[in-house]
Amino acid sequence: MTASTRLRRVKPALAGRLLAKRSAGRLARWDMKFSPYLFVSPYFLLFAAFGAFPMLYTLWVALHDWDLVGSRDFVGPANFRMVLSDPQFWNAVWNTAGMFVVATVPQLLLALMLANALNRRMRGQTLLRMGVLAPMVTSVAAVAIVFSQLFSRDFGLINYVLGWFGADPIDWTAERWSSWLAISVMVDWRWTGYNALIYLAAMQSIPKDLYEAAAIDGASRRRQFWTITLPMLRPTIIFTAIISTIGGFQLFTEPLLFGNGDMAGGSLRQFQTVTMYMFENAFGRFDYGYASAVSWMLFLIILVGSLLNFLWLRRVGGGAR
Amino acid sequence: MPAPHLRRFDASHDEPAPPRGARRSGPRGRARRRVRLGAGIAALMLVAGCGGGGADDGKITLTVDTFSTFGYEELFKQYEAQHPNIRIRHRNVVQLDDYLPRLEKWIAAGRGAGDVVAIEEGILTKFMARPDRFVNLLDHGAGSLQGNFLDWKWKQALTPDGRYLVGLGTDVGGLAMCYRTDLFAKAGLPTDREQVGKLWPTWDDYIATGRRFAAKVTDAKFVDGAVNLYNSMLAQQASQTVGHTYFDPSGKLVASSNPAVRTAWDTTLKIQQAGLSAGLKSFEPSWGTGLKEAKFATIACPSWMLGVIKENAGAAAAGKWDVAAIPGGSGSRGGSFLAVPKGTEHPKEAVELVKFLTSPQSQIAAFKARNNLPSSPQALDDPAVKSFRNEYFNNAPVGEIYASGAKALKPLYLGENTNPVNQRFEDALLAVEQGKLTPDAAWSKALGDAEREAR
Repeated sequence: MTASTRLRRVKPALAGRLLAKRSAGRLARWDMKFSPYLFVSPYFLLFAAFGAFPMLYTLWVALHDWDLVGSRDFVGPANFRMVLSDPQFWNAVWNTAGMFVVATVPQLLLALMLANALNRRMRGQTLLRMGVLAPMVTSVAAVAIVFSQLFSRDFGLINYVLGWFGADPIDWTAERWSSWLAISVMVDWRWTGYNALIYLAAMQSIPKDLYEAAAIDGASRRRQFWTITLPMLRPTIIFTAIISTIGGFQLFTEPLLFGNGDMAGGSLRQFQTVTMYMFENAFGRFDYGYASAVSWMLFLIILVGSLLNFLWLRRVGGGAR
Repeated sequence: MPAPHLRRFDASHDEPAPPRGARRSGPRGRARRRVRLGAGIAALMLVAGCGGGGADDGKITLTVDTFSTFGYEELFKQYEAQHPNIRIRHRNVVQLDDYLPRLEKWIAAGRGAGDVVAIEEGILTKFMARPDRFVNLLDHGAGSLQGNFLDWKWKQALTPDGRYLVGLGTDVGGLAMCYRTDLFAKAGLPTDREQVGKLWPTWDDYIATGRRFAAKVTDAKFVDGAVNLYNSMLAQQASQTVGHTYFDPSGKLVASSNPAVRTAWDTTLKIQQAGLSAGLKSFEPSWGTGLKEAKFATIACPSWMLGVIKENAGAAAAGKWDVAAIPGGSGSRGGSFLAVPKGTEHPKEAVELVKFLTSPQSQIAAFKARNNLPSSPQALDDPAVKSFRNEYFNNAPVGEIYASGAKALKPLYLGENTNPVNQRFEDALLAVEQGKLTPDAAWSKALGDAEREAR
């Protein structure tokens, strides 16, 4: 009896303590569960404000006949339907994809070779490694202006040099191949060093003992490159390929300045990219709805392009995994 | 004005020279870019800061947005001196093509624009459809100023019912033909401007002269390129005949049926096919280099083009260029207006400034500063304008050359989408010059693309 009363008397206090313990446990669990999200939230909040919202709003605009000063009528998917059957849009897609291939393939190969060379021990190592970044810190506009002058038909250095060999001056902006080439040179000039540094960083993280073991087994330097360096670089190569895809499909400043600010990219749209076409619709035709539809299509194309790249490079790199 | 292109030039207001070109020639805004391209692009990317005016020390700040060069620097100083309570902030965008999208955004949003904005005639048509975005100048006593402007210039900025006046005219773009006297001498052609004008009463005579030139001179072509020639010719042909270019006054696309378009196109290509063109596109860097290197002997020059030539050809060519009559008679290409957007906090003061800047006296001053041909008959008749000679152009009496025909100029109606349509015509001409299209294929392509733009 007494014992039971005591017990009963004790109970509330105990219960309270137990309760406190339990809620502290819950807090701790919540802490474990949600804090990480809280910590990464600034990025997502910023992304929501400056990434997701504009994207969704662009989608909203794309569903309208949206003239900046005039009407804003809801038209549903009409803009998208028009984009899909618009030869000027597909021309821009073709140009963009073409310039992406012409620019990116040699660029990544060159970057790889450059990184491999920079990875050796040599004099002035840091200087050389920093040096490859120099084109990157030059403003795009400056690069584009200088290269546009080099590629000028009447007064350009390149035609002048070609003239020594008896070649007729090339009108670089007139042909598709010549304009693509000129623009790709600008892109590569700017980005090769950047990719080389990324490769170099990845190369330095490859364990040295792999090379030592290979050397002991009698593998040549070249063999080591193909069977050790390259497979170990695969994730990095996928990364650079995807970044290049995203960048390449948004190519804008170089072709715009190559055509001296011509949004149409050449007399027959020889080098108009998708972003230039979007720009032309927004700021030449002031058709914001249509321009928004174009930019959404570009987004989808980049998504698909990156995915294809990823899958392809995984497969090529094949067996290693 | 068929859209003349706008090219514009320098951003630095202290520079002494040239023109304002307010016009775009055709629409492509391509601008002239030499060094300025970078600056232009950078400017393009920057969203311009706020407009509007604020008073800190009790002064009212009026922001004036212009493109190209209007020649107002001295006038601003003068106005500030006369109105101690006013401070003027001048924001200039060198290239019309960079300026237009910004202006359109400001006007659409109802804020951001300055208290006074310059409107090129190519875009005025678009704003005339929404006059309520601007202060009605008739509410501020501008009605009494009608006599200060050429009749058609006045009407361009007036709604059809006559109740709403959006802007007051600044300049018009009379046409002439500039030529290099040293190259003409080399070709055995006369160099005196009177005699040169007599060489080519018509465009066919111009071509004949070109052939004579080409027979003697091989290191330079007769004319700069199809684009500038076509734009000038289109303005001329259209203003002499039907009074509109690609769009009729009802807004219908008439590019395929307007004889003025076809005539300008055919004549331009006739000149090009005769091998007389240097194939340079106006306002591109290589066109500027062509001017500097004397790679062509003639160039159609609206009044505002004089400054462009001077700036590009440079001091070394001083006195070597001269100005003669244009083949085929007068015409106007380009011209602008000043307006007061609704968003201004100081409509009264802004309108007063517009009245001042567009007064005959101010137009005379702007003409002297930048050769912007006045749109005011009083200014055109003024001895200071009539007797004005341009030293750089071999002391040519440019006042007389441009002003004498100006009052006879006829207005040109430009539709909302004139600029993009004209760009497609320029592209097609360029494709012919590049040897990518035959003239016939280029014509059908231009017409097809024009329909896309007009959609």
